[in-house]
Amino acid sequence: MAAPIGSTIFGGGTIQHFRPSSAVQRTEAARASGMGSAGLARLQGLFAVYKPPGLKWKHLRDTVELQLLKGLNAGKPPAPQQRVRFLLGPVEGSEEKELTLTATRVPSLIDHPLVRGLAFTSLKVGVGHRLDSQASGVLVLGVGHGRGLLTDMYNAHLTKNYTVRGVLGKATDDFCEDGRLVEKTTYGFLTSPGKLLQPPGLDQVYCQRSHQLTIDHVTREKLNRILAVIQGSHQKALVTYSNLDLQTQEAYEMAVSGVIRPMNKSPMLITGIRCLQFAPPEFLLEVQCMHETQKQLRRLVHEIGLELKSTAVCTQVRRTRDGFFTLDDALLRTQWDLPSIQDAIQAAAPRVAAELKKSLRPWLGTQEPPGPGQPWDSERPRSALGPESHVGH
Amino acid sequence: MLFCSLGRATLRKMALSAQQISRWLNSSKLSSFMTALQLRRRFQRPETTLSCGVFAQPRVSSEGCFLQWGFRTYRTSSLWNSSKSADSSRQEINCAQSTLLPSVNEPSQRTPKIPSLDSELSLEGLDDVPPLSPLQPISDDEAVQIIAGPPLPPSSVTLRDYVDHSETLRKLVLLGVDLSKIEKHPDAANLLLRLDFERDIKQMLLFLKDLGIEDTQLGPLLTKNYAIFSEDLENLKTRVAYLQSKNFSKVDIAQMVRNAPFLLSFSVERLDNRLGFFQKELELSVKKTRDLVIRLPRLLTGSLEPVKENMKVFRLELGFQQNEIQHMITKIPKMLTANKRKLTETFDYVHNVMCVPHRVVVRSPQVFNTRLFKVKERHLFLAYLGRAQYDPTKPNYISLDNLVSVPDGIFCEAMAKASVRDFEKFLKTL
Repeated sequence: MAAPIGSTIFGGGTIQHFRPSSAVQRTEAARASGMGSAGLARLQGLFAVYKPPGLKWKHLRDTVELQLLKGLNAGKPPAPQQRVRFLLGPVEGSEEKELTLTATRVPSLIDHPLVRGLAFTSLKVGVGHRLDSQASGVLVLGVGHGRGLLTDMYNAHLTKNYTVRGVLGKATDDFCEDGRLVEKTTYGFLTSPGKLLQPPGLDQVYCQRSHQLTIDHVTREKLNRILAVIQGSHQKALVTYSNLDLQTQEAYEMAVSGVIRPMNKSPMLITGIRCLQFAPPEFLLEVQCMHETQKQLRRLVHEIGLELKSTAVCTQVRRTRDGFFTLDDALLRTQWDLPSIQDAIQAAAPRVAAELKKSLRPWLGTQEPPGPGQPWDSERPRSALGPESHVGH
Repeated sequence: MLFCSLGRATLRKMALSAQQISRWLNSSKLSSFMTALQLRRRFQRPETTLSCGVFAQPRVSSEGCFLQWGFRTYRTSSLWNSSKSADSSRQEINCAQSTLLPSVNEPSQRTPKIPSLDSELSLEGLDDVPPLSPLQPISDDEAVQIIAGPPLPPSSVTLRDYVDHSETLRKLVLLGVDLSKIEKHPDAANLLLRLDFERDIKQMLLFLKDLGIEDTQLGPLLTKNYAIFSEDLENLKTRVAYLQSKNFSKVDIAQMVRNAPFLLSFSVERLDNRLGFFQKELELSVKKTRDLVIRLPRLLTGSLEPVKENMKVFRLELGFQQNEIQHMITKIPKMLTANKRKLTETFDYVHNVMCVPHRVVVRSPQVFNTRLFKVKERHLFLAYLGRAQYDPTKPNYISLDNLVSVPDGIFCEAMAKASVRDFEKFLKTL
């Protein structure tokens, strides 16, 4: 901070006054502006923004913080403070005409906005699951008490939905379209059935088909088969990483109903994957996953390309759902201002509270309370039942 | 220090400290001041007097003559000029005074007058007065006149501590100067504290007003260029005269100073050099250079390196001709100081992705003044709808200027022929 300002000697007598107490000064920021403090009270919770591609998540967070500060500082300034000054003077009315101290209020400039500066200079905004620069989609932010809820959301280990767009025909080093080209391949065999080479171990059914299949159906079928294999292998991994002993009845029931997921750290796990569109060379996948990074999703596209005996790069990764925040809840750039964000927080608050409560309490399913012989130790996972069934699809 | 209530006991304590300080500072003047005070008091209230022997008497001494004083209040030297109190208003605290000191008799009690001491006031008091003790009893009225509030901090990081005590600062705040910004520069803050409004600042303000700057605009100008107070008024007048000699009208000069607060802090030589640079570099006529500078006066106050860089970028990287550059600069002077990287990124997108040739870009240079994301979003929406047509010769042409400068509502309605909701839905698919 700046070096101390040197003193000066004011000519003549000193002006005596009594300052407002320091306790009052400390709470100045709270009562700074009528709108500001009330605005801050409504600014506690979680909300989602839509991160456009090409914008770093940190810049987004800083932009949101600046816009919120602008809104908070725009409130009306407080009433001008007055200070009490004890002045000496003769008292009329009493016979003695003695000098007594009388208290007068004189206006003080201590709290003038031009002297005090802005009421709000910084605001802590937290970010949930991050998105890298090229990715876009739902990004959850937390402000005030909501920052604690971000940790709860992380610990709830909810799944996320992505739409991933890929292009066949080339491979790059960072799996993106503008990366350094590593390989170029053909993919025509994926569209014309006649030239298709039969990959070993796959597609026995196709060989036996005699009639001409439509191009889309064949190629899409190939892709679907690969996606099914991927989903199956990840399903196994889900059960493995959830540390459940499958010999117990409860665990079996959970596995049957498909709600098992790891509640601690694990590599990227895909709980669901399917192809939405396939128009060679482009294809669009929908992926439901957890503990992922966007780079791993691009690598997935690359690997799908390899599985298809071709190559593919990823052109778009877009998050459509993060836990219980969907695209409808996400605020666009034009809506990154104080009123919209306050409304978004209010709208999302009941849902957030309900979902987090459900996610974080232990799974209660159909089992009876633990008897003496039951292995109810601390390693027992607490996978939740509710959110998975209606949050996923 | 917290002062919750004015108690006589507190006054007494304050009296002690003030008395000590005053004794250290000017003990020689003390007795004369006190004598004068006594004289005044005697004039004001002839019926109640204090003997001047009181202040000569240390409390602990047991000398006989001066001990019979009715009320023993402590007295100190008041640093406060009692003449200033004439305008005080009567408030509720009067009654409290008589009740605050139970050990003291009523203030109205008369003490025996000792007329013999009147003549001794000026002369003998000066010689005999020993140094005052803080335990010296004084009269009630003198105690009331003790004013020992919290002292001003000798140094501080903020001007808030001094603003109530300095007429200069108060007047500056009322003018609209932002002290919270100036206090970040300690030299500036020190300067302002030491200046006197009447003597130094008023001249400067009158000069700026003569220049044509409104009262409301003085505040922001002084906040930015607080160093103008240390400038010589003669120099400023010379610079204004120079600008006028270059055919800048008074109104123009006022506008320039408003938009570039540091303009008048530049010497005549520097201003001359800069005007010459722009004329040579841009190869513009005198009149056009003048208009350019009036429109963006910070060209004269900012650094010239970015301007040189940007000229090279336009010519070499983006491939514009000199006359095209001149046309764009006269329309959008900000391009000269824009960020080099942003210029190239924007042009790359407009030329290579949107496939807009140079001659069309020259006609609407506003694209270089907008954020790239705006251009991208709107172009992608139009491309999705099949309306991305930027060639003036073909039908359904959309000019780049319109594309970037209109608000969202008008863009959606007039150019995209869709609703804003559709645009928002589209944005969420990017």
